[in-house]
Formats: sequence, structure tokens, C-alpha cells
Amino acid sequence: MALLERQRRLLDFTLSSLLRRKGKNGALVAVYALTIFLLASVLFFGESLRREASIILADAPSLVVQRMMAGRHELIPDSYADQVRSIRGVRSVKPRLWGYYYDPLSGANYTIVTSEERKNGTIAIGSGVASTRKLAVDDVLPLRASKGDTMLFTVAEVLSEESALASADLMIVTPADFREFFAMPAGFATDLIVDSGNPRECSTIAEKIAIRLPDTRPIVREEILRTYDAIFGLRSGMVLAVLACAVIAFLIFAWDKATGLSAEERAEIGILKAVGWDTSDVLLMKFWEGTVISVTAFLAGTALAYAHVFLAGASLFEPALKGWSVIYPAFRPTPVFDPAQIVTIFFLTVVPYIAVTVVPVWRAATIDPDAVMRT
Amino acid sequence: MTATRPSSSYLLATCALLALLAAAAVHATLAQRAAAPSQARTAALVKRLELTDFALLTDARYSRNPSQADRHAPFQDHPLALEHFPSGSLIAVPPQLRERSVNHGTP
Repeated sequence: MALLERQRRLLDFTLSSLLRRKGKNGALVAVYALTIFLLASVLFFGESLRREASIILADAPSLVVQRMMAGRHELIPDSYADQVRSIRGVRSVKPRLWGYYYDPLSGANYTIVTSEERKNGTIAIGSGVASTRKLAVDDVLPLRASKGDTMLFTVAEVLSEESALASADLMIVTPADFREFFAMPAGFATDLIVDSGNPRECSTIAEKIAIRLPDTRPIVREEILRTYDAIFGLRSGMVLAVLACAVIAFLIFAWDKATGLSAEERAEIGILKAVGWDTSDVLLMKFWEGTVISVTAFLAGTALAYAHVFLAGASLFEPALKGWSVIYPAFRPTPVFDPAQIVTIFFLTVVPYIAVTVVPVWRAATIDPDAVMRT
Repeated sequence: MTATRPSSSYLLATCALLALLAAAAVHATLAQRAAAPSQARTAALVKRLELTDFALLTDARYSRNPSQADRHAPFQDHPLALEHFPSGSLIAVPPQLRERSVNHGTP
């Protein structure tokens, strides 16, 4: 108990000392918390998207085969499907029709996919398309087809907003309407969906396809999921910029601390030593000072980041995510609270700060009090 | 009457912040549970329509469908064209495009 009381008295003294320089220390905690807030927001948002991808895209096609020509995605002929079908282990091959449509009226890009379940002349639209074009069920949507004529589609369904992350910009038509709209020749598809029956065979089948049809590019489901590991990953530009800001801000703190203490702080250490404090007491006091500042900034920054990402829908990231796009899904990241991630943020931000606070003090505290006070 | 010790106020404030983080952990667990049915419906839609990507970044086709984009996609205009869509800075190059494998040396 005596040990605890001693630490508490040291903490009392440290807090009183910090409160004497309220403005400076308050600003330090605010900037420090802001740095942690930015870093934690990026990490929380990225983790939430990655989890969402692992759940929502878990049943994405197990193998997609694209045809490439001169470095570009090219339509794939039906004869390729026959060749893929003949590979051992392939259960089914299905040509997939999909594409993009730029809408000059709204300036938005839509993704058009096909479904056999629809009727010719009807269309199902994502919630983003519905709000951009102000459409509801039974409205007629005129779209300018490839040959310049206007095709009229009756809106049969507006996809719910809960699936906006996957469907906000979708337009779903029948394969026949799709071919007519884009004047796509018969006997070709956008790409092929290959089902192997056994997911473990996908990579082997992908390799066989790449050897048999060298101008194709097979994409297995694991690669689709791994793509979303890279979103908001540490190597993407914006995250790198945020991280660089955090590292630079931290280096400024460290530089400020490591290049020596202010005359006021040195005098304080001198006086404490002159009135009988041990070097270890001074070090403990400074340890508490670093802990108070960094733990407060860490807790406040992390809690604010959680509120920003999961309660306010990551509104600060929205302009960056939206970019030039007209359609942006009404997307609220599903909250994720990963203790390992919190511990990582803690060790990245709190521990180095305490270390750089204590080292220069140790240098000042080990020299003669008279010399410290005179400098 | 004795004045409150600074450490008492500090420890109280720290406990309050810790309680906020604990509340965040509980909130996340409950929210994940609540989101599960909606995520399952979206996953079913993805399966039915054979979708491969999120409709999160719709400004360029390689950011709309990053998993389907090829090596050359951000530079379609000419080989030295700079990335001009902000969304391109949010996604690092998909790992499969960085690795050399049998299916990426396509002409």
C-alpha cells in the first residue's frame, strides 16, 4: 500500500507540474490525440472493409477467366468456354455478360450486369442509381444504346439500400437486352465463370487454363478477397500519406524531447534534486508525465476514431472515397473492435513517447543539481 | 473540507475513457450481430449476380472492380499517364498483380 501511495503522490506532483503549463501541455495532448485519431480511423475503416469483404464476397465466383488483347480486357469467344469445359475437374463454365455505362445526364458510371430471372424490357436498379435518376418501381428509364437509339426499360425492382455496398451502381437487365443495348455480337461474352466443384482445385484449373489459353487471365476467388486486403492497406497512397503525417508529428515530439529539456524543466529537476529527490524519483516523475500525456491522448484519440468511423460513418474519409464518382453507396462500416489492433496502436504511439520522454531526463537527472540549475 | 487530489480526477477521467473503449467493444459485438442478416442477404445477392467487387469507388472502372483490373488499367490513356482518380490512392496494387505467376504474363 505504501508503494502505491508513493506512486500516487508522485502522480499528484506530476499532474500539478503539468497543470502549471496548462496551455502547452493541453496543446500537446490535443495534437497527439489528433495524430492517433487519424491513424486509428484509417486502421478501423480498413479493417471493417476487409471484414465486410470476407463476408460479402465469400460466395463471389470461384474462378473468372478474362481474355486479354494488347494489354486490355477483350470479349471472350464461346469457343474458349468449350476448351475450358474440357479441362478435367471443371464442373461448369458460364459466360458472363457485364459492362459499364456512362450516363451523360447524371455524369455517373453504372455497372450493367445480366440475370436470366428478369423479363426483357425490365430493369432492376441499385439504390444509388434510383436516387441519382430519381426513379421508383414502374418508372420508365430511357438509356442511349450503343447504336444511338434510345432503349426504354421499366424499373421492376429497386435493390434495397442495405446491399448498397455491393449494388449501389448496378443495373440488372436480361442477357438479350444487354446484347441489344451494347450491340455485342453473339458468340462472345465479357468473361467466363468457371465452377470446379472443389474449391481446392481452382488454382490448378487456373494454371491449366493459362497454359491452354495463353491470352487469358484466370482470377481465383482468393485473389478477389486479397484485393480487399490492399484497400486502405499500408501501401496505398492515402494511408501512406496519413502514416507519414503521424510519423512526422511523432518525430517532432521526439525531437523536441530528445534535444534537451527547456530551461524551466532543467531548473525544476535541479531544485528537486537539491531538496533531496533521488535520480530514480525524478525519472519516475517524468515517466508519469509521459504516461499521463500519451495514455490520455491514446484513449481520447482511439475513442474519437471509433466514434468517427462507426457512429459518424467515417465522414472525414467520404470526400476521398467519393473522389470523382457521382454514386457513392450509403455505406456505414460494420463496427469492428479488434483488441490486437488496439494494442498495436498503443505500442506504436504510447511506448515510443514514454521512452523519448525519460531518456533526456535521465541525462539531466544524473548530473549535479548545482550545474543543472546554473545552465 | 479537503480538496480533491489531482490524481483522483485524473484516474477518474482515465477510467471514464477506458469505459468508453469497453463500451465500443460491446457496441461492436452487438452491431456485428445485428448486421449479420443484412450481410447474409448481400452475400446472397453477390452470389446470385456473380459479382466480384464492392460498389464503393465508382469513378474509374479499375477502382469499381479492382479485382478484375489488369496491370495496365490505371495507365490506359498512355503509358506515362498519371493516376488522376483520387480513389486510386486508396487501394494499393492488388497483391496478385505484384506477384509473378503463370496467369499474369498475359499478352
